[in-house]
Amino acid sequence: MYVAVKGGEKAIAGAHRLLAEERRGDPAVPEISLDQIEQQLSFAVDRVMSEGSLYDPELAALAIKQARGDLVEAVFLLRAYRTTLPRFADSLPIDTADMAVRRRVSAIFKDLPGGQMLGPTFDYTLRLLDFSLMAEGKPADIEVPMSASDPMPADAPAQMPRVTDLLVADGILAAETDDGERPADITRIPLSFPADRATRLQALARGDEGFLLGLGYSTQRGYGRSHPFAGEIRMGDVAVELQPEELPFPIEIGDIELTECQMVNQYKGDAENPPQFTRGYGLAFGQGERKAMAMALVDRALRAEELGEVATSPAQDAEFVLSHCDNLEASGFVQHLKLPHYVDFQAELSTLRALRAAHAKRAEAAE
Amino acid sequence: MSADLPLLRVSQVSHFYGDRAGCRDVSFDLWPGEIIGIVGESGSGKTTLLNCLSARLQPSHGRVIYRDRSEVMRDIYALGEAERRFLTRTDWGFVHQNPRDGLRLGVTAGANIGERLMAVGTRHYGNIRDTARDWLGRVEIDAARIDDLPPAFSGGMQQRLQIARNLVTAPRLVFMDEPTGGLDVSVQARLLDLLRDLVTRLKLSVVLVTHDLAVVRLLAHRLMVMQRGRVVEEGLTDQVLDDPHHPYTQLLVSSVLQA
Amino acid sequence: MTTPDSRGGSYNFAYLDEQSKRMIRRAILKAVALPGYQVPFGGREMPMPHGWGTGGIQVTASIIGRDDVLKVIDQGADDTTNAVSIRNFFLRTTGVATTERTADASIIQTRHRMPERKLQEGQIMVFQVPIPEPLRWLEPRESETRTMHALAEYGIMHVRLYEDIARLGRIATAYDYPVQVNGRYLMRPSPIPKFDNPKLDRNPALLLFGAGREKRIYAVPPYTDVKSLDFEDHPFEVQSWDHTCALCGADDSFLDEIVTDDKGGRMFVCSDTDYCAERRTADGANAEAAE
Repeated sequence: MYVAVKGGEKAIAGAHRLLAEERRGDPAVPEISLDQIEQQLSFAVDRVMSEGSLYDPELAALAIKQARGDLVEAVFLLRAYRTTLPRFADSLPIDTADMAVRRRVSAIFKDLPGGQMLGPTFDYTLRLLDFSLMAEGKPADIEVPMSASDPMPADAPAQMPRVTDLLVADGILAAETDDGERPADITRIPLSFPADRATRLQALARGDEGFLLGLGYSTQRGYGRSHPFAGEIRMGDVAVELQPEELPFPIEIGDIELTECQMVNQYKGDAENPPQFTRGYGLAFGQGERKAMAMALVDRALRAEELGEVATSPAQDAEFVLSHCDNLEASGFVQHLKLPHYVDFQAELSTLRALRAAHAKRAEAAE
Repeated sequence: MSADLPLLRVSQVSHFYGDRAGCRDVSFDLWPGEIIGIVGESGSGKTTLLNCLSARLQPSHGRVIYRDRSEVMRDIYALGEAERRFLTRTDWGFVHQNPRDGLRLGVTAGANIGERLMAVGTRHYGNIRDTARDWLGRVEIDAARIDDLPPAFSGGMQQRLQIARNLVTAPRLVFMDEPTGGLDVSVQARLLDLLRDLVTRLKLSVVLVTHDLAVVRLLAHRLMVMQRGRVVEEGLTDQVLDDPHHPYTQLLVSSVLQA
Repeated sequence: MTTPDSRGGSYNFAYLDEQSKRMIRRAILKAVALPGYQVPFGGREMPMPHGWGTGGIQVTASIIGRDDVLKVIDQGADDTTNAVSIRNFFLRTTGVATTERTADASIIQTRHRMPERKLQEGQIMVFQVPIPEPLRWLEPRESETRTMHALAEYGIMHVRLYEDIARLGRIATAYDYPVQVNGRYLMRPSPIPKFDNPKLDRNPALLLFGAGREKRIYAVPPYTDVKSLDFEDHPFEVQSWDHTCALCGADDSFLDEIVTDDKGGRMFVCSDTDYCAERRTADGANAEAAE
């Protein structure tokens, strides 16, 4: 007699064992260490920290190792861990004007105070496989970096004014002001619409890089155009400060590496406001330049309504963008289709059969 | 001679969606200056028919012949795409039920009106502005709003703007799909007055689709009643409405009277 | 014809294989035959990212020969990072002579500028094009824009210009200003400032445009009419400055604004570095001669 398949528990245990074997790979190959991941796969670590919304390179490296390099899975692991952490305090807002800058480029002025600083970038490299990296142990020749202006000056200014601040001082870029309101925490309070900009930026900061990249790209191709210029991209370390209640001054608790992108976008003005530039903002942990730029494009696109523009494109639709940018939610729901749907499908099946029978009867009658 | 020929000759037009008929075997002539109303409930096939007539949906069977400005009778589905598009943006107009479907929401009222002029080669900004202002006045919109975007307008104003945008190139034939649908009753009345005035003054021919018998009573010379894709009754508007013969028409008329 | 690669591998002269080059040259020929028409071509992956000039690079790679002299500029300057990077790429893959002097170059690849010096017959200018479709901002769908081109349905472009004048009193497009080529096709001149648009008209040089990501090539053959769109009562006009170049004193060149401090300090200099340098050398020579 046929017995329908049971024994899910055994199957799952078997799958876990296989997964562990696959993760380790060939035991003859040395196991990868967290240090190696953190040091040599640092872009992966940075992305997992950004989308995992937790600045902890070591844990991100662990997540990447455990997820076998599946970064969306690693983000999942980190988020699941993050949610268990107690919260002691809120840090003060960081100030990127005080960043110890390691890369700084502006696409809108050839030269500016503090200069252009290429830093460690893939830009202007030829994308040719470097076969010397195949040989272990031997470091590849380090090419002398090219730079628009001089290489990083030894007496780099402590403060590098943000290009956007210069434009605001000139009155040609809309100033962004702190309204003093405490931003909502989307990890505690679910998204609702309309969402204010602080909320949108939080969601975008956690959003999937690929999704935002595609959306940002779509605005460049005519679906919600906003005439962007990369006003400034800066990358480097920023101090994180706490203000304990019992102290009259804030204390520094450490540095985090950040990439910030401020896009400068055209705005035609209206009856009250003269024409001026507006901006889109992007921020990512570590060296997340692609993410920060895409985020800035999408942030500006989502301001369409606020700036009196007609929102007609996907990237301008806050509900569409924010509801679908989280890769945990997206990955979970897309992949949930693998779960059993036997019952629903059975129900559909009987309906379909009934419809087909009726159709056949009608066709017969017609002949 | 041209007076002997209709502006639009529709012969045996049918359109099928799979094995379901959207409209079936519709024939009629439309004469210059004539307004024909097509009424029926939703699902009766009147919008399918309108799309077939206006070169927006190729019918499964039948022909739609249009007498162009050089007095040649042309099968609109035998025209090349260039000719057909030129026709639809100069000689014809199409007024959508939802003005948002017929307007460019991202450009000003003036540009909405001026677009057709620029499409046919007008290259003088001042003249385009003057024409746009003139047309705003004709559709009873304050000319001072020439630089406002359509979303800043009320529903009634958007509909009037859509009408101006269509009429600016002096078309000979205008298709209207429920032009007063979705508007408040008082706004409807004003729009109807305006439409009646414009079509009379410009001697427009109009194919008007609506479910609202009050609208056809006021605007249409002739009437076709559609049910399940077929024309079940046609004739002069007053005749059909005052003395309906087909049971379905009787039902339509009585339900309006009761309402 | 191969150039040894530093790792012992080998790449063909100018990187692309000869088949690909022939394919691209056929597209170029078609583009020359239909001035302003966007010819689709099978764009290849290049070892630099899309949007960084892969279209122009493929065009240059397909037409460059051993006797050519190459100049590469970005924003008018030979020393900007992207220009340096592209010039190095061709140096490494072709070994041809390079120059910074406009007059000496047989091929000039550019991003966002045309040199101030008049081009000559026989010179080829290759433009890097990010978005080739002039109707893109009005109609994002390729299927629709191709029909609009086929039918020369360009009225909507004037709607855009109309909007500028209605809202701002003037046509606000400052770069990538749309043109009509040979009285037929609407074309984007790539994001050159509109200051450069008059140089497109009846230029003695062959102007080639390559868009790598969008896989299109188009061309303006020598001495072709190129008209910038406008209205009869709002004619096309170019930018002008209240300043002259702080280095060479030029009052007829496109000027870059340089931020000198965070207290509002600004300086204006020629964006065309070769033009500026030539003028300064000539001035120096004149001054010496006068002494």
